[in-house]
Amino acid sequence: MNYVVLILGMAVITWVIRAAVFVLGDRLVFSPLVRTALGFVPVTVLTAIIVPMAVSPHGINAELTWRNPQLVGALAAVVVSALTRRPLLTIAVGLTVFFAWQCVVLK
Amino acid sequence: MTHSPEDQPIRTGHLKEFTAGARDIIPMMVGAAPFGVIFGTLVASGPLHLWHGQLMSLVVFAGSAQFIALGLIAGHASFAVIWATTLVVNLRHVLYSATLAPHVAHLSARWRWALGALLTDEVFAVAWEHYRHREPGTVGPHYFFGAGLAMYLNWQLWTIAGLLFGAAFPGLQSLGLDFAMVATFIAIVVPQLVALRYIAAAATAGTLAFFWQAWPYKLGLLGAVFAGVAVGVLLSMSRPNLRGSRETAEAAR
Repeated sequence: MNYVVLILGMAVITWVIRAAVFVLGDRLVFSPLVRTALGFVPVTVLTAIIVPMAVSPHGINAELTWRNPQLVGALAAVVVSALTRRPLLTIAVGLTVFFAWQCVVLK
Repeated sequence: MTHSPEDQPIRTGHLKEFTAGARDIIPMMVGAAPFGVIFGTLVASGPLHLWHGQLMSLVVFAGSAQFIALGLIAGHASFAVIWATTLVVNLRHVLYSATLAPHVAHLSARWRWALGALLTDEVFAVAWEHYRHREPGTVGPHYFFGAGLAMYLNWQLWTIAGLLFGAAFPGLQSLGLDFAMVATFIAIVVPQLVALRYIAAAATAGTLAFFWQAWPYKLGLLGAVFAGVAVGVLLSMSRPNLRGSRETAEAAR
């Protein structure tokens, strides 16, 4: 019972944080400076999420070596995306390189 | 299309957008699967009932916050601490909703509450990739909703799998399924690095996120994002003439 209260509290907090700006809608006017800043949110946040996953997949120590399949797969995906700008091809090549590296090269 | 006397073509269009959203988020669903199973496994080995774990996935639907809450519950933290932590860990979602807000402003309040509830890291990435080529106000909610609902059902499914059979999948984390998320995010980010200010902002955020990843409650991630955004804004302001002329050109199109 107590844990239900805890979980429902977490749910309300999470929902309000996520939906507040949506629901306020027109009542919230962003200044040009804020709009410029928000334009940088997607590239920065997505990069900030994946760099640690690729560079230090097993904790916080950097694994800057060809024996790190996450890093090799990520670099392959970056090259394909920069050259072709095709999302599906990027994901396919990245995953293929990653799993091939993990299952074949490092065995 | 908009003046069709029948409902049918519009509904088909909605369904098409819905399935397109669900389809585009499939790599993210693969990436989230091991985390759902691990979450369920951790619940099964802790003080919570199994149905508490499923309830958390059903109503909170936030991977990082759920994992951290489990750790705090095991450490007998007070509810206030767990709620405050939930708030801090999820703060980045304010940036997501602010970024997407112009694209949902024309929808009903009910839609905006629903889409907000589904706004995870992965859903944000996929929805934004869909919106960014389009004018605000021209896209309905169905693509976003399809992506969000698919991700939501996926999370429920893998939570159940972890709760019931978690012990049967040891070493799931070492498979590296979460790399699907890395590859998808790269496919979204790299095509946008079209100018130095975007490259500098991304490089700053990525580098700092690596060095600050040991900070508690994902504050390192948040700090890295703010620093990256600041670099981007500074570089944008240092070239107002160029920006002004480009915006004029875009407005003229």
